[in-house]
Amino acid sequence: MYIIIALVALVFIVLTGVVISRLQGVLKSINKTDSEEVETSGNKFNGAMFIVILIGGAVSITWSYLHAREFFLPEASSIHGRRTDDLFWFSMGILTIPFIIVNFLVFFFAWKYQHKKGHRATFYPENHKLELIWTIIPAIVMALLVFTGWKAWSDITAEAPRDAEVIEITGKQFNWIARYGGVDNNKLGDYNYKLIDAQNEVGIDLSDENSFDDFTNPSEMHIPVGRPVLLKIRARDVLHSVFIPHMRVKMDAVPGMPTKFWFVPDKTTADMRAETGNPKFDYEIACTEVCGQGHFSMKMRLIVDDEATYKKWVSEQATFLSTYPEYLAKVPENLKAKAMKYVPAEAATPAADSSATSAGGAGASSSLR
Amino acid sequence: MSAIEGLETAHHHADEHAHHHEAQSFWQKYIFCEDHKVIAKQYLITGILWAVIGITMSVIFRIQLGLPDSNLSWLKPILGGWISDAGKLDPNFYLALVTMHGTIMVFFVLTAGLSGTFSNFLIPLQIGARDMASGFMNMLSYWFFFLASVIMFASLFLQQGPAAGGWVIYPPLSALPQAHPGSGMGMTLWLASMAFFIVSQLLGGINYITTVINLRTRGMSFDRLPLTIWSFLITAVLGLISFPVLLSSVLLLIFDRHFGTSFYLSDIYINGEALPNVGGSPILFQHLFWFLGHPEVYIVLLPALGITSEVIATNSRKPIFGYRAMIASMLGIAFLAFIVWAHHMFVTGMNPFLGSVFMFLTLIIAVPSAVKGFNYITTLWKGNIVFTPGMLFSIGLVSLFVSGGLTGIILGNSALDIQLHDTYFVVAHFHLVMGAASAFGLFAGVYHWFPKMFGRMMNTSLGQVHFWLTFIGIYLVFIPMHYVGIAGFPRRYYQFTSYDFTHKFMDMNMFISVAAIFTFLAQFIFLWNFFYSIFKGRRAPQNPWRSNTLEWTAPVIPGHGNWEGEIPAVYRWSYDYSKPGAKEDFIPQNIPYSQTPESNFPHENELIATEKAIESQNFNDQFKTHH
Repeated sequence: MYIIIALVALVFIVLTGVVISRLQGVLKSINKTDSEEVETSGNKFNGAMFIVILIGGAVSITWSYLHAREFFLPEASSIHGRRTDDLFWFSMGILTIPFIIVNFLVFFFAWKYQHKKGHRATFYPENHKLELIWTIIPAIVMALLVFTGWKAWSDITAEAPRDAEVIEITGKQFNWIARYGGVDNNKLGDYNYKLIDAQNEVGIDLSDENSFDDFTNPSEMHIPVGRPVLLKIRARDVLHSVFIPHMRVKMDAVPGMPTKFWFVPDKTTADMRAETGNPKFDYEIACTEVCGQGHFSMKMRLIVDDEATYKKWVSEQATFLSTYPEYLAKVPENLKAKAMKYVPAEAATPAADSSATSAGGAGASSSLR
Repeated sequence: MSAIEGLETAHHHADEHAHHHEAQSFWQKYIFCEDHKVIAKQYLITGILWAVIGITMSVIFRIQLGLPDSNLSWLKPILGGWISDAGKLDPNFYLALVTMHGTIMVFFVLTAGLSGTFSNFLIPLQIGARDMASGFMNMLSYWFFFLASVIMFASLFLQQGPAAGGWVIYPPLSALPQAHPGSGMGMTLWLASMAFFIVSQLLGGINYITTVINLRTRGMSFDRLPLTIWSFLITAVLGLISFPVLLSSVLLLIFDRHFGTSFYLSDIYINGEALPNVGGSPILFQHLFWFLGHPEVYIVLLPALGITSEVIATNSRKPIFGYRAMIASMLGIAFLAFIVWAHHMFVTGMNPFLGSVFMFLTLIIAVPSAVKGFNYITTLWKGNIVFTPGMLFSIGLVSLFVSGGLTGIILGNSALDIQLHDTYFVVAHFHLVMGAASAFGLFAGVYHWFPKMFGRMMNTSLGQVHFWLTFIGIYLVFIPMHYVGIAGFPRRYYQFTSYDFTHKFMDMNMFISVAAIFTFLAQFIFLWNFFYSIFKGRRAPQNPWRSNTLEWTAPVIPGHGNWEGEIPAVYRWSYDYSKPGAKEDFIPQNIPYSQTPESNFPHENELIATEKAIESQNFNDQFKTHH
């Protein structure tokens, strides 16, 4: 790590030296009233600098890349992620070729064809064949890259498979809230932003029977390994963006317009802990659309479980209704019996009566808005 | 002067006392001036002041990112309450800095400062016109820009801070004052300022287009225009089509903010309250914004490419390679610029099919861009290159343009954009290809045309030192930034301590910040050179770079009307450098073929017959009104 700083320091020292030596030249030229040929001052030095930069640049880019590589994200933990990674490095490999050629030619020509007294440049205004060649070659390379990219893109954005595990993730200032379809029916209930309040953070609509067994979690999301996971993405206040770096997943969360992204995670958290040798490794969900003061810390833990652990975890979760039995008041009369199943027995009777009025009152006022 | 005065009795308009009575008041001469050269300098100086502010902001947030533990108490005298007692930068103000840096650099420096300066200065001088088509509109254009500047500058001093939702000001964040302090008065002023800025751009753009089409001198056909003028013309057309769309998106946002409409708002619950707005779409704003936002990239870049073409040809002492291909590629880029905007929106939830369409269109842009790159290289090939500071910056531009442009091919690929969107990879990409490249175009232009602007030379050695420090500095900042982006670091993060996956690259970020500060300091060489040379520089000869274009046939310090006596006629293109057989290695555009029989090609000898016809035309001189 200190090697880098030392290197910077070295570069600066060299450059400072160069500046000072050049400045002496400057002072000299200020004193001179009229130099014989202004236009070529410093030509040798500048020409040589191009070669220095060419060699120095090649060395430092290679070295810094090799150094930086160990800090890149580990191999993607999702199937599509490895595909886009391969495509990324393939494209980067292809693009390195023109990067090297162009920069080499620019710097080399600048040095090679620097001004020489008595020399005259070649009058060479056009060559249609040459121009045609360097129009067509980039076009073909582009077509190749576009085609591979387009194939990947269409597969990634295709409809999610039917057996996908559906999980809702809602962004708000400044955290994420995960909602699961439930311990029993595994279907997400309806929602309505007007039903949101301090407890019902994602606006679960309890007039939909699918919502009775829904449960939410504001700090971590569990997903099963090895099968498709479909994230249904929402935002409550401003734009957010779900970013799971290790899964190569990113999709904006837009208020008023639900979005989605599906992927197949195939490495559990435990696998990754073993692979990275870091017993504290955790997948993380971040926000990548600026959303205000807490944008930089909208973190949610993501835990990839094997199927059995995941099932067990789901079955152990407390449904929203059991945590807040007073919301039973919002369940329509004809569905109350069904809903009672998810309310803890001892809370059910008193809660249904006593807090019904207050919750109902709050509900009425909020739905009036 | 005599020729002008003799004709003057014939016409009666405002120009009259400008050159009739020698004494112009200070206000008319330097402040509310209608002369394109003064307006250009006003744009340049304002742009430079904004650049100092904008880059200073970036240095402050780079210190925050690269040296997170540093105590910033020493900034308290400037930033006051934005620095906490513990010497930490306020996170809200960090976002404001990022936002204002983007806004200032994109609009006030690289749009107004670059295109405003050089379109104004060079269009009349290079096409052979007395002034812009409408001097008054031109003056208005600057003063609307000035008004926009004042409003934006004032917003920096608000207690709640200036706008802070990113320079793209995506609603609902920018629409809801309760979402962020920067979305209050700061955003109101931002929107007002941008509305005036757009008016300024439209007034300027109409003028540029009209002037290029109508006021070209005798013989200056479109295929003899220097590439600078082509680039300014195309830029102005781009601006004229795209800026009104930004105005509409800004107006709708103002309606949403102040008049309770729901263009961009729907289903929002914030601060314990569900808002009544339904049916709007934040995505609509993004479409409208990027319909300007993407052409804006080329509004910033094309003038820089035009300037580079001219400077590279002059200083390679060679004709620009593929003049027609250069024009065609600029037209191609300009056309494509309007149909690629949604590549900024691949992961907004937009229909994936639309994503594929925009991916195809986006990657086509690489082809005309590649043609430009190769043409520059071939122009250097077998040249006789003089490393004036302007030339160095132009060569640097080609390198930055290509290096930065190549990563655009990655980002334009929607499948790859999923991971890289809104990471530092994007930041590195656009800073190289449009930020640094355009800034290099600006520097190249200033160094090259300084003698024409101020009648004095800038110091060459200082210019060369400035170039090397800046060029190396830019690469030291932005190459490592790609690594940070590949590692997944998101943009606009106040600090990287909240996540495990960003818990690395501390040294890399420190390196970037140190390099940024170093590059920033190098700019003071330029500032000193610039302001010192205005007053104390060596007197410039008439044609210091031995260039072909018309501005160098005007007096060293052109007066009102640019040429004394007749406007020169044009007989050839502007790239007759090192023509075989010619006495000198350049033949200016106003030299007829009949005077250069030794170097004419056969088809050019045929053109000698048309010279009489060209000379007899006279309809474009505003000082002569005989129709």
